[in-house]
Amino acid sequence: MTDKRDIQFTLNGKHYAEAVETRFSLADMLREQLDMTGTHLGCEHGVCGACTVLCDGEPVRACLMLGVQANGKEIITIEGLADGDELSPIQAAFRKHHGLQCGYCTPGFLTTLTAFLRDHPDPTEREIREAISGNICRCTGYQNIVAAALDAAEAMRAA
Amino acid sequence: MGARYFGAEVQRGEDEALITGKGQYVDDIRLAGTLHGAFLRSPHAHAVIKSIDKSAAEKMPGVAAVFTYADLEEPVNQQQVQPYPNPNIRQDIRPYPLAKDEVCFVGEAVAFIVADTRHIAEDALALIDVEYDILEPVVNLRDAISEAAPIAHRGSPDNLVSQLKISYGEIDNAFEKADQLFKTDFLQHRGGCHAMEGRGVIAQYDPILESFTIWSATQCPYLVRRSLASQFELPESRIRVIANDVGGGFGPKAGFYIEEIITPWAARKLGRPIKWIEDRREHFLTTNTQRDTWWELEIAVTAKGRIEGVRGSVITDNGAYIPYGLLLPFTTMAPFPGPYKVLALDLTQDVVYTNTVSNSPVRGAGRPNAAYAMERVIETVARNLKIDPAEVRRRNFIQKDDFPYKTGLIHFNGRPMTYDSGDYHALLEKALELADYDGFAARQAEARKENRYLGIGVSSCIEDTGMGPYEGVSVRVDPRGQVYVSSGAASQGQGHKTILRQIVADELSVDIEKIHVEIGDTGKFPQGVGTVGSRVGVNIGTAAYSAATEVKTKALALAAEILEADLNNLEIEDGIIRDRGRSNITISLGEIALQLAPMAGAAIPEGHTASLEATSFDASKGPPHASGSNVCEVEVDLGTGEVKLLNYSVAHDCGRKINPLIVEGQIIGGVVHGIGNALFEEMIYDENGQPQNTNYGEYLLPIATEMPQINIVHQETPSPLNPLGLKGAGEGGTIPAANAVIAAIENALEDFGVVVDKYPIHPERLCELIDQGRMSEAAE
Ligand code: FES
Ligand code: FES
Repeated sequence: MTDKRDIQFTLNGKHYAEAVETRFSLADMLREQLDMTGTHLGCEHGVCGACTVLCDGEPVRACLMLGVQANGKEIITIEGLADGDELSPIQAAFRKHHGLQCGYCTPGFLTTLTAFLRDHPDPTEREIREAISGNICRCTGYQNIVAAALDAAEAMRAA
Repeated sequence: MGARYFGAEVQRGEDEALITGKGQYVDDIRLAGTLHGAFLRSPHAHAVIKSIDKSAAEKMPGVAAVFTYADLEEPVNQQQVQPYPNPNIRQDIRPYPLAKDEVCFVGEAVAFIVADTRHIAEDALALIDVEYDILEPVVNLRDAISEAAPIAHRGSPDNLVSQLKISYGEIDNAFEKADQLFKTDFLQHRGGCHAMEGRGVIAQYDPILESFTIWSATQCPYLVRRSLASQFELPESRIRVIANDVGGGFGPKAGFYIEEIITPWAARKLGRPIKWIEDRREHFLTTNTQRDTWWELEIAVTAKGRIEGVRGSVITDNGAYIPYGLLLPFTTMAPFPGPYKVLALDLTQDVVYTNTVSNSPVRGAGRPNAAYAMERVIETVARNLKIDPAEVRRRNFIQKDDFPYKTGLIHFNGRPMTYDSGDYHALLEKALELADYDGFAARQAEARKENRYLGIGVSSCIEDTGMGPYEGVSVRVDPRGQVYVSSGAASQGQGHKTILRQIVADELSVDIEKIHVEIGDTGKFPQGVGTVGSRVGVNIGTAAYSAATEVKTKALALAAEILEADLNNLEIEDGIIRDRGRSNITISLGEIALQLAPMAGAAIPEGHTASLEATSFDASKGPPHASGSNVCEVEVDLGTGEVKLLNYSVAHDCGRKINPLIVEGQIIGGVVHGIGNALFEEMIYDENGQPQNTNYGEYLLPIATEMPQINIVHQETPSPLNPLGLKGAGEGGTIPAANAVIAAIENALEDFGVVVDKYPIHPERLCELIDQGRMSEAAE
């Protein structure tokens, strides 16, 4: 049961070489092997989006992708969004607009929106709602998340 | 001086860690040498366990132990303790920590495997061989009450958990005198917890101190401590329960669960920390759900729409066990008659066991049920008497000079149900204005030209918040002038730390950055109750205010002596006490703290007490009543039964708001939860008691694209029951939402005579109702 493969990848800008159990999801690898616990598991069946990370810049569900599939990829997780102590625009906007309550879904929203805002610098409210329609939040009712995304887009355009 | 932070949109101190991935949820906690647990769960709704063979699982490499009921010793092998005992419980049946010889719902824990990793533990589950004798389950609440029903628990005489009755006024008289009598019957289903973080426990046992440290994703660490102490027959001092970052609670995490017994028990047995993290399938199967409630109500009314009396019966599906006592059934009746002056009331509630997951409060507990039932009464009257539903509300509301208003019922705290303050008429008008209720007829007519069916629905409610007994807070200033605040009230995202900082910072006039808060750890604060029922803001707000005031009084008294100043002339600003007359004469709070915590041999100044600190358990003098009126506008697609939410307006009164940002977050989140109840969330069991939808593809939660813009106006009627005028805000969004949505749907489909008889209302059912309406129209 402990079939392993050697893989190499970049995680939040750092190079890793790891022997990974072939049955580990990417989320298992991040959380259990690398102790990077910022990526959360909400459903483990690909619907809630809590586990979303960026793989070569695109949002992927770390519960649906195998760890070994990270071989040769560049992975960014919630831990890699801020620039040192400086929050990214979407992180800062979440705090400003109360875009999180319990914070459990938040890593998935932040990674999803990071990629979305990069590709859509001037989104409408509707487009933002579509962009986060694969992420479930039980606490906020989404409205403040949408407000945060609109504000972050504006801040990014101004920068 | 004055309030700098109270009432301001202070950004949360909690957020920085959570938006950078540094949260410490229970699964994020790493203890050296941790083993991982997984439960084998019953595949049957009702069965007798004939035998269990665990030998193959035990031999699997990486497995440390496999436990079944037979391995539990006294006293741990007793039924799980009842955290909420109540003399009205006729049959108090709780689960054994592992099933003894009978399983009563799909998901009941039968064995616990502990292994090096969760993966190995789950692999080994498949190697346990359990032989069952399958029994006929009872699944539906209306079946459960019938004489011929299968019995949910072997050996029980029937399925009745409890029968509760409430009444006041002259009910028979009301029905005799009435101009008109109407009826309304309907089914409610609130759905499950679905906090994005499931439950989870990590437990460590220290054999030298003979003590447990337990992290649990719970809303009530003190309840877990008390229950465990009684289950293990240990003093509470040997059990420390910590609820660090918790990823949402919503009620079902306020209970006590068998996993909170077995995980620490096994950790002691094996001498290693053990972690058990619920996966989502387990959450669907085993985390308590607020199950069905069936109502049959009769209404006595005058020709003008004044409600003279309501009587009827309620059946509540309790599920398989009763882990919350009668909390939910009580809150399903006690909030009657809501914001209305109903002259007589008579309700009987039967609470019944079924072979489904246990019932528990979900956001609002029974309050959304009671509010919905009362709103159904209003809708029924409006529909039958052809009076605008908003007008029926106006005619029946309690008047603003009626407060304090006693409904005639008894709160479950044993005191008469008393509404402290409010202005329901003004609040309704605010909601109607925000929703442009008067302009709706024109919008509806315009849309109808394009064959689009628009509807509008109103819903009003009260909420008894801030229930007792207390939630304590202590405030301590250290010699550096830093302020340490601790409280028992754990948070699952409500921002308790931030509101504590706001109140203490204002009272002590110190910068909020100097205030440090610890909550949700039984090792840090002696006693706590729990984060349920919109009670924490009110109670910690009150206690924080009292404790900080005491600290301030203490500091000023000593400062007056040291500065040789008149006490009345002293003021604090930014942690510095100064004499108003001589502004260069100052002393800091830190220096005062040092005077009261001096080195060995030094003396405390005479007439003063040690340490610049105070602890308060002051609480609101009774439950402050929040209120709300909501208006929802929808469009219904006649072909598909799809309901589109166009607009949602909330007028809300939770007294004085500590932090508007947090209050609005609670309201919006609460409304969306209520919309989910109305339209989406349903935990479905088939006739064999098999859960049918244990994933988020089939169990629908609200998502961003389906939700409307929610607009909010506030009214502030301060509560006279506590010094800051607070009322709770956590559930006021959820309570009225279902009726607002459903009344709007009915309004859109008025031409077809559609009356919704069950929520959640799914598109297929709506299409059926539309077809029925068309058919009866054609027949006429
Ligand atoms: S945990 Fe991956 S989508 Fe829910
Ligand atoms: S903030 Fe709690 S689930 Fe989104």
